[in-house]
Amino acid sequence: MPQLDRNRPIPDTIVFDLNESRKGYRINKMCDSLTSDENRRAYKEDEEAYLSRHGLSEEEKRLVRARDWAGLNAAGGNIYYLLKLGFVVGHGLYRMGAQMRGEPFEAFLASRNAKGAR
Amino acid sequence: MARIIAGIGTSHVPSIGGAYDRGAQDEPDWKPLFDAYVPVREWLARLRPDVAIVVYNDHGADFFFDKYPTFALGCADQYAIADEGMGVRPLPRIKGDFEFSRRLCESLVYDEFDLTMCQEMSVEHGFLVPMHLCFDHAPDWSVAAVPLAVNVLLHPLPTAQRCFRLGQAIRRAVEADPRDLRVVILGTGGMSHQLQGKRFGAMNREFDHDFLERIERDPASLARMTHQELMEQAGAEGIELIMWLVMRGAISDGARRVHRHYYGPMTTGMGLITFEEP
Repeated sequence: MPQLDRNRPIPDTIVFDLNESRKGYRINKMCDSLTSDENRRAYKEDEEAYLSRHGLSEEEKRLVRARDWAGLNAAGGNIYYLLKLGFVVGHGLYRMGAQMRGEPFEAFLASRNAKGAR
Repeated sequence: MARIIAGIGTSHVPSIGGAYDRGAQDEPDWKPLFDAYVPVREWLARLRPDVAIVVYNDHGADFFFDKYPTFALGCADQYAIADEGMGVRPLPRIKGDFEFSRRLCESLVYDEFDLTMCQEMSVEHGFLVPMHLCFDHAPDWSVAAVPLAVNVLLHPLPTAQRCFRLGQAIRRAVEADPRDLRVVILGTGGMSHQLQGKRFGAMNREFDHDFLERIERDPASLARMTHQELMEQAGAEGIELIMWLVMRGAISDGARRVHRHYYGPMTTGMGLITFEEP
């Protein structure tokens, strides 16, 4: 039974499927590598070299440099993999989220039910 | 004969793990969540399960999209704690039960659920948060555990119905194990959450409460929901709730609901429900 209705896009949502995964493969693979201290250190020491070594295109590198999370998401980056990049560059989930919502971090926190639970 | 004695549906939000590790259980904004699990741990201590089947999803800690299994079962004596990008959490290694896993695989595959068998697996917040919320682990885990990873990241995902039927097959498989084992099954993830785009942080409290009601009284109606319907209502990442249906499929309709709790502090509805077999 079909599970997705392509004629009824879910608002502000990218359904991460094989097309997205294929498109964002290099981004996600680079992010996936950030699950060891050694690689996180290498990333912080020389970001440009790290991105080049993982074969990111110029446009993908630009999105990473800009910490453009919505752009990376649109380029096929999966949120759970982007989070690993976020940790390394000092953007936690909620900071990434506030940026995707297009509002300041403090305004986002103020919109939560219990902002201490983070 | 082995038998399923209890089932648990619980969220596995990673920030719970962070709060746990820094001892924030009594902070006012965290206390409602952690307090809800105190009676669950006491209840489980009384039930004395031998094995926990933990239905969860990996969030890029151990699996990558190069090869992505729909259902993957751990078949090892132990499971390492994964580095998810922030280092390895200070938790003891998970004790497995190889013989239980081996029998489970044999029954499930011959029952036409074609699992990926994993002899090395490292586990992360999707698995660990429910484990340390429900079970003591100092100095070591009070229960052996078997990870069952479900693809809820890369569409096409297994249908809700398939997850429910997998749970039913797990019940048959457990009952085919001649050893006298007491088994608890955990379905984890959700509840409503959206972690992308302008709707980042959207929760749906009404949907979550309705889901808690229906997982108890009418799980078949949840199993009929499409991914489209689930994501429209629970958010793109709320699709993790299909894993609760694996748990519910393994629980009989004669089971008694014991605990139920809900808390939505930040960006994810944190739900909890437990069932005990007669």
